[in-house]
Parts: sequence; structure tokens; C-alpha cells
Amino acid sequence: MSNTTTVTLEVLRYDPERDQEPRFQSFEVPYDEDWVVLDALNWIKDNTDSTLTYRWSCHMAVCGSCGMVVNGEEKLTCKAFLRDYLGRGPIRVEPLRNFPIERDLVVDMEGFMAKLESVKPWIIRDEEKPVEDGEYIQLPKQLKRFKHHTLCINCLLCYSACPQVGLNPGFIGPAALALAHRYNLDSRDQGRHERQEVTGSADGVWECTFVSACSDVCPKHVEPGGAIQEQKIANSVDWFLDHLIPGRSSAGRTKE
Amino acid sequence: MSRRPYTPKMTYGWWLERPFYTRYMIRELSSAFVTAYSGLLIVGLWRLAEGEAAWNGYVSALSHPATLVFQGIALLFALYHTVTWFAVTPRTTPVIVGEDFLPPQPVIIAQYAAWIFASAVIIGAALWF
Repeated sequence: MSNTTTVTLEVLRYDPERDQEPRFQSFEVPYDEDWVVLDALNWIKDNTDSTLTYRWSCHMAVCGSCGMVVNGEEKLTCKAFLRDYLGRGPIRVEPLRNFPIERDLVVDMEGFMAKLESVKPWIIRDEEKPVEDGEYIQLPKQLKRFKHHTLCINCLLCYSACPQVGLNPGFIGPAALALAHRYNLDSRDQGRHERQEVTGSADGVWECTFVSACSDVCPKHVEPGGAIQEQKIANSVDWFLDHLIPGRSSAGRTKE
Repeated sequence: MSRRPYTPKMTYGWWLERPFYTRYMIRELSSAFVTAYSGLLIVGLWRLAEGEAAWNGYVSALSHPATLVFQGIALLFALYHTVTWFAVTPRTTPVIVGEDFLPPQPVIIAQYAAWIFASAVIIGAALWF
């Protein structure tokens, strides 16, 4: 049981109409053992400064909206309990890294949305089966192979933690590449080689140097780092087979 | 209200900001020492092909204190490189056994077992011949 009655939050503020660059502002917030950082931000907005801007929705680690950097680490602020930061000075709250800051703790996600779309994260078939022919059958074991890659909530903690995203803004990045892999592994999909035109490009999996910070911060254990390395292996196998087997070309080919 | 997003710049010292990044950069740096030591071994092969005198010169150069220091440092970096790669390998090669994924430990242990076996074979062969 703690005797703490208040905690100090240092929140990064940026007003595009007034500020040339971001600055930190301190807020004194009542301490509650059951509060998370998001509760403290909501308290500030309701009681101290209604202009504080941030995204949130579900407050239960499902929607992926409230990702921020708390004391230098990427966190869903609805899962980051104030009690875990006690005794270490003020709690510093910043927007996700490697994204343009729109205002305060809100980042511009447009670049990510374009990257996500570029990997065609949907089931691609050579020929669509008519509805009357029934559903595509998938065994539990086939689902197991990629299910963890389907759990992504697009919180973008992985993009913030990945230094390669910061160094090479064109890099398609962890979440989008993990989702591409999720469809590549889906037994109903035939679009791996079509996706590979993007995922195997200079901005694709080969930009990754396996820092693995993405997998480390992922709140849903999607394992984007592993997904990217698996795609590197598949890319390499294709490259060798294309060069060894006359007439073989993986570009534009569909999965056997 | 017009938009004017602020784009933060990455600092040159980004890799010092978190121990995780620093450990990663040391792993990257270790590649340089592994490459340099591989180069040293290739030079050895080249000198061996040139005859006994060249080979003896190479062996005596290996015993020079500066070369010994380099070899010691290269060994430490090679060990760091090996241990850190062994630790992340299970992420790159998920294996389903039965209904579930194999946990990381058996994959990591298998790599160490293979490493010890290969080392024993090489050391054994060197002592034998």
C-alpha cells in the first residue's frame, strides 16, 4: 500500500499554431493505485487542460489507439500502471517516435496506412471460387501456423521502437510486413509472389537488420521480427531457385 | 486550422538511448571482428599455399603480442555474436510439433549442442593429426 497522493507527469506538448518545436509541460495528478497513464491523461484533460490532445478508445488493450512512449519505452498507456513508475521521478509521456507529431501526443499515421495497403493484406486467389462451391477449408493446424500474426491491433509501438523505421522512413516496417506474412502463410491464399514485389523490394524485408525491438514491445505477441526473418528466407530461396532453374521466375508467380 | 506536423529528427546517438539498442549495435559491431578474423584465417590458407617458410612466418606473426590481443578481442566479439544470434534464432524458425509451436529453449539448446559437437570434432582432429 503506497502513501503517495500525487504523481507528476511530464507530457510532450506541440501546438502547430504556436510552437516551433515540441516542449514538455508538467502536470500534478492525483495518484490512484489502479490508475494507468491513460487515466492520468484523462484526468488532466478533464480538470487541468482541456486542450491536451491524444488518441484513445477502448481502455482495454484492444483498439490500439493509446500507444505512446512512457519513460522512454513504447507502451499502450491503458496498460501502463502508474504504480509501476513510482519512485523514479516524473513520468514522461511522449508521442510515438518515428512519426510526424500532429499535435501533442497525436502522430500522423497516413504514411503507415499507405504502407499497410501496399502489401495487399487480404486473401489473393488465382481464381475466385463461386460462392455455391462452398467455403475454403482450413485445418486448425494450418490456422495455428499464422494466428499469432493476425493479432496485430495497429498500435504502431513496433514502428516507434524500430530504429530502421527512423533511419529509413520508406521502410515498410514491422506491422505491415507481419501482416503480409500472415496472408502468405494462410493456406487459402495464393498471393505470396505478388506481395513479394513489395515485401522483397529495397524498402521491404531487407531494410530490417533484426534489431527485434518490434517483437520486444509488441503488446499482442505478434512477433513481427520473426515474420520478417521468415520472409527473408523465403525471398532468398526464391532468388536461388530462380537462378538455378532455367525458366523459373518467382516474380508474378502464384503459390503452388 | 491548418496542419503543420512536426517531424522529429533521429540523433546520431540514438543507439545509446536504450540498453537494448546498445546491445544490438555491439552485435552489429561484432560482425566486423568476425569478418576480420575470417580474413586472418584466409591469409593463413594463402600463406600455407606459398610454402613452408611463408607458413612459419604466418605462425610466428600469430604469436606476436598485437596479434594475440586482436585474437582475444575477436574471440570475445565472436562469442557475443554467437550467443546473441542463438538467442534470437527461434524467432526466425518457428517449428510446429503436434498441435503447438516448439518453445524456444530446445532450439537454443540444440544450437549449443551443435556448437560443442563441431568444436569437439575440430579440436579432436587438430590434436589427432
